[in-house]
Amino acid sequence: MTEIVTAATPRPDEPASREQARSLWTDAWDIMRRRPIFWIAMVLIVVFVLMAVWPALFRADNPLLPNMCLLERARQAPGVGGSAFGFDSQGCSIYDQTIYGARASILVGIITTIVASVFGAILGTIAGYLEGWVDAVLSRIADVFFALPLLLGAIVIMTALPTPSSPSTGNYWLSIFRVVLAMALLGWPYPFRIMRSAVIQVKPNEYVLAARALGASPLRMVTSHVVPNSLSPVIVVATNDLGSYIATEATLSFLGVGLPSWIVSWGGSISNASSLGLIRQAPFMLLFPSLFLCLTILSFIMLGEVVRDALDPKLR
Amino acid sequence: MKQFKPVPLLSLRRVGVGLLAATTLFSMVACSQNTNSNTSASSTANPNDVTLTVRGCTPQNPLLPTDTNETCGGNILDASEAKLIHYNSTTAAPELDIAQSITTTDAITWDIKLKQGYKFQDGTEVKAQNFVNAWNWGAYGPNAQLNSYFFAMIKGYDDEQCTDAKCSTKPKADTMSGLKVVNDYEFTITCSSPTSNLETRLGYTAFAPQPDSFFADTSANKANFTKAPIAAGPYQVTQVSDTQFTLKKFAGYSGKYPGVVGTLIFKVYTDMNTAYADVVANNLDLDDTIPSDDLVGNLWQKDLVQADGSPRNGSATTGVIDVLSFAPAKVDPGMADIRIREALSMAIDRASITKTVFNGARTPATGWVSPVVDGYKAGACGQWCTYDAAEAKQLYQAAGGYPGGTINLWINGDGGHGPWATAVCNSIKNTLGLNCVVQTTPDFATLRDKINNRQLTGMYRGSWQMDYPSIENFLTPIYATGASSNDTDYSNPTFDSLLKQAAAQTDPDKANEVYQQAEALLGKDMPTTPLWYRATQFGWSDKIKSIKMTPFSEFDFGSVVLN
Amino acid sequence: MGKFITRRLLQMIPVLIGTTLLLYFLAFAMPGDPTAGLCGDRQCPAQYVAQFRAEYHLDDPFFMQYLNYLNNLVHGNFGVLLNGHTVVQELAVRYPNTVKLAVIAVIFEAVVGMAAGILAGIRKGGFIDTLVTLFTLLLLSIPVFVIGSLAQLVFGIKLGWFPVTAGDGGLYSLLMPGLVLGALSLAYSTRLTRTSLVENLRADYVRTAKAKGLSNARAIGIHALRNSLLPVITYIGASFGGLMGGAIVTERLFNIQGIGLLIWNGILQKQRVAIVGPVTVLVLVFLLANLIVDVLYAVLDPRISHD
Repeated sequence: MTEIVTAATPRPDEPASREQARSLWTDAWDIMRRRPIFWIAMVLIVVFVLMAVWPALFRADNPLLPNMCLLERARQAPGVGGSAFGFDSQGCSIYDQTIYGARASILVGIITTIVASVFGAILGTIAGYLEGWVDAVLSRIADVFFALPLLLGAIVIMTALPTPSSPSTGNYWLSIFRVVLAMALLGWPYPFRIMRSAVIQVKPNEYVLAARALGASPLRMVTSHVVPNSLSPVIVVATNDLGSYIATEATLSFLGVGLPSWIVSWGGSISNASSLGLIRQAPFMLLFPSLFLCLTILSFIMLGEVVRDALDPKLR
Repeated sequence: MKQFKPVPLLSLRRVGVGLLAATTLFSMVACSQNTNSNTSASSTANPNDVTLTVRGCTPQNPLLPTDTNETCGGNILDASEAKLIHYNSTTAAPELDIAQSITTTDAITWDIKLKQGYKFQDGTEVKAQNFVNAWNWGAYGPNAQLNSYFFAMIKGYDDEQCTDAKCSTKPKADTMSGLKVVNDYEFTITCSSPTSNLETRLGYTAFAPQPDSFFADTSANKANFTKAPIAAGPYQVTQVSDTQFTLKKFAGYSGKYPGVVGTLIFKVYTDMNTAYADVVANNLDLDDTIPSDDLVGNLWQKDLVQADGSPRNGSATTGVIDVLSFAPAKVDPGMADIRIREALSMAIDRASITKTVFNGARTPATGWVSPVVDGYKAGACGQWCTYDAAEAKQLYQAAGGYPGGTINLWINGDGGHGPWATAVCNSIKNTLGLNCVVQTTPDFATLRDKINNRQLTGMYRGSWQMDYPSIENFLTPIYATGASSNDTDYSNPTFDSLLKQAAAQTDPDKANEVYQQAEALLGKDMPTTPLWYRATQFGWSDKIKSIKMTPFSEFDFGSVVLN
Repeated sequence: MGKFITRRLLQMIPVLIGTTLLLYFLAFAMPGDPTAGLCGDRQCPAQYVAQFRAEYHLDDPFFMQYLNYLNNLVHGNFGVLLNGHTVVQELAVRYPNTVKLAVIAVIFEAVVGMAAGILAGIRKGGFIDTLVTLFTLLLLSIPVFVIGSLAQLVFGIKLGWFPVTAGDGGLYSLLMPGLVLGALSLAYSTRLTRTSLVENLRADYVRTAKAKGLSNARAIGIHALRNSLLPVITYIGASFGGLMGGAIVTERLFNIQGIGLLIWNGILQKQRVAIVGPVTVLVLVFLLANLIVDVLYAVLDPRISHD
């Protein structure tokens, strides 16, 4: 789960005006929609997002309500006693747990990706555009967070952050944001570095210089010329990272420092099922939440692949 | 007052009575020869040449008897120390070890005579001065020893204490007036108030003697000494490293409890699952923690068998009791009504939980005292510890319910408590319709911090492992007014005066009777609710034919029988 | 080149100071009294707490504590653990274990990753390519603790090929944990090899070579491979630091007494010195590995110049 730079990151070699930038996206869309893998990934993502938003649609009951977990049916195999996925050690339906677990995992993945990418991209733009000492300071700060191993750093941050206690909607979001904060803090330097170098490459192009000569304000120049032409590599990285954030959350929960036990999550379910004794006796407890987790990560990775192929001119 | 300290993943403290275990070992087929090929020990090997590896964990403190209050260090010290008293490895009854006799007429002044010829591992003789000096050093405030309070019943203890936490002015004395050396082999203890079970207490680790070389060591906190501690027991600690501890049999040991094999190596494990995997694969010889997931379906009994089919696993009842503490009313007014506490207690289906979650490795508790100790009497909790859904619900509603409709159950996340806590919560939730939530702190320290500062509402776990096998040890430290482990701020003048009366009895049976009266009061006040008594499951490799576990959940290394 | 290395080394100084400051702050911010758990269910004696707090300077303000710590760190004093061992002693025992583990993982990702990547890249879209792609996707999507537990079950218990844990620290018993640790990076190195090879095979110089009559095998073997493996090798080198820092789960699953477990115990027991120093060491390894890789890259690829 260490985050490592994959080398094949696209660069916006071809300078383009705003119109050209727009056509880059149209081209990309044309390429993506012709790939079956894109549609497979999208269908899976839509299913999982629906699961997260509206679990009742899948005929799952809230596993936290009374009488959902009955010890007498603990560890019953799938099919026996009315649950398609079987029952866990506490006699809760694994099907209900798995469907309800989607929300936390997907929320954590998506929000972390957005926060890390947006934060990294903004700072990267500032560093790349201004250069000089601002760049030097921001780059060193980014280095600090970049050099900390994702998992190890997240564990330390998670244990340092105060824990919200009683279950309530507010505390649900607080708990999610704790995990998001821990991972985003360690995740932003990567989009930062990519955005920074993209901006540095785009900046000397004629259309940027022209806009400056025409008296455009720095802010306007950045938002309308520099950013649109530097964004695609960041998006590629973001889709790729989403999966690894979801997996890291599961690992944090496995280590007992992730989400609190009153939030149903795949990481928690997997963690409860992953001791050797249980794997040997009730493998279905591990199988179903892991399967859903893998499929989710997989669908985001596949999406990331397609997006990268579509946005990377070198691979066209 | 030794407590449970959750070391890495779930190691207990030392604990109480056992024997259930050993009986399963002697199955008929046990005599078949040494069938397993990869055993290094054969029946002809000299046991002195045999090395056994034992699951260990990282001691939290240097190896000092007065500074070690957790199992990781305690297991090593107990294999290497000899004390005045030795606890019987089956019944936990105190037996004289270094002591020749311990006598009193009033439970205040005690006369102790020592056996002659008992040797420390550096060859010097164990004398009365070695006890008195060691205890004075351990109790002396500026030395800041964790176990200093074990000496608190000795007269003059207060004079050895600092007046403030920083110890800015030295205490009045550096010795306790209650300890007097009569001659090399005799000394007297004077208590500040009657202490009828003093003899039983003297087997606790903190009461070990220290050799002269200990007092000669001037390094801070005896750092040089603890690198190679000298004790008077059957095994000598010869190597202290970060990942293992080596103990060699002490040739000059003259006591009644010698070791069998020549070398013991305590190997540090962080996760009990890995220790279990190793003992199954015969890569570890002795494992004293079987993960609860491996108890399910008796998996462990299927995994841990000798090549000839006889078992290499056992289970021993130990002096640990698990309770749920209810937050004091001033912290959580919702808990003030005793009917709420009774309803919660009654809503816990202890029988199903011990059966399903622990596969029978715990026994539903009916009182606050472990059955392994002298003075145990069943049933102090009465009907409140018997699951009765209808009655519980009725009581709960009559009391008007718990405000807010959600109650917390606090545990630490590093002790493997999740499964039972979830089961208890579900039982309460299903029975009372009250939403019950398991709250997990990342580690034991955080949980203790919150409990010490009285920040927790609802319920929190408590586990008490006896320090010495006495009913008193399950009552005074936890429920006496202002006691150091009184997490629920329980205070009942009648209870306190019964404890005092009991301590003053010189007849042990009388004393126990009064202690039982005190325990019965807990059933009326319900400051906590008992959950279950523990048994320790353990396993061994094919090098060994059998071994006993003591009621303190430590291996009895004198009972090893090799294959 | 000398200037480049000097500059990079100088840049490391603020990064290392920043790392220790951040870690110290986080360890400082950990909720709860560090002495609270030391006395079981009993409250610790007041003098014990006072001596403990004095020994670890817990009553000083944050910056005083931090500067004091930093000063010790510069002098090679990483602090003393509760059990009397120094952190340096612990590191000396544990560092080799973590390094061994990471080296096995690196070798694994290099050998298997490159081989699989080349097989897949040579025939893009072929059967082997699809198989390799599926397999790498699977590796990327299964969390490492699931892979680890399954490996223990299948190769340790069911098949009996490897010891289930690596408590003895022997190379053979570290093999399975090393493979588990390297699994994720293996997926990356495979994909990187494949992508890089595919790109180079389409490059003009390979087409030229073929047009000049070079056999397919020679064109791939000599020209394309050499150029496409360069980024892979640098990736693998750079991943070494990350692997060492990411070993915490693997070490726990297989009971390897490495740095990860030291830090983990430090977190559980709120021992700051067991967190800050060891993590800083891992960060240093990470930075140095990256520097070495960048230098090597410049040496191997004449197109890159660092001056």
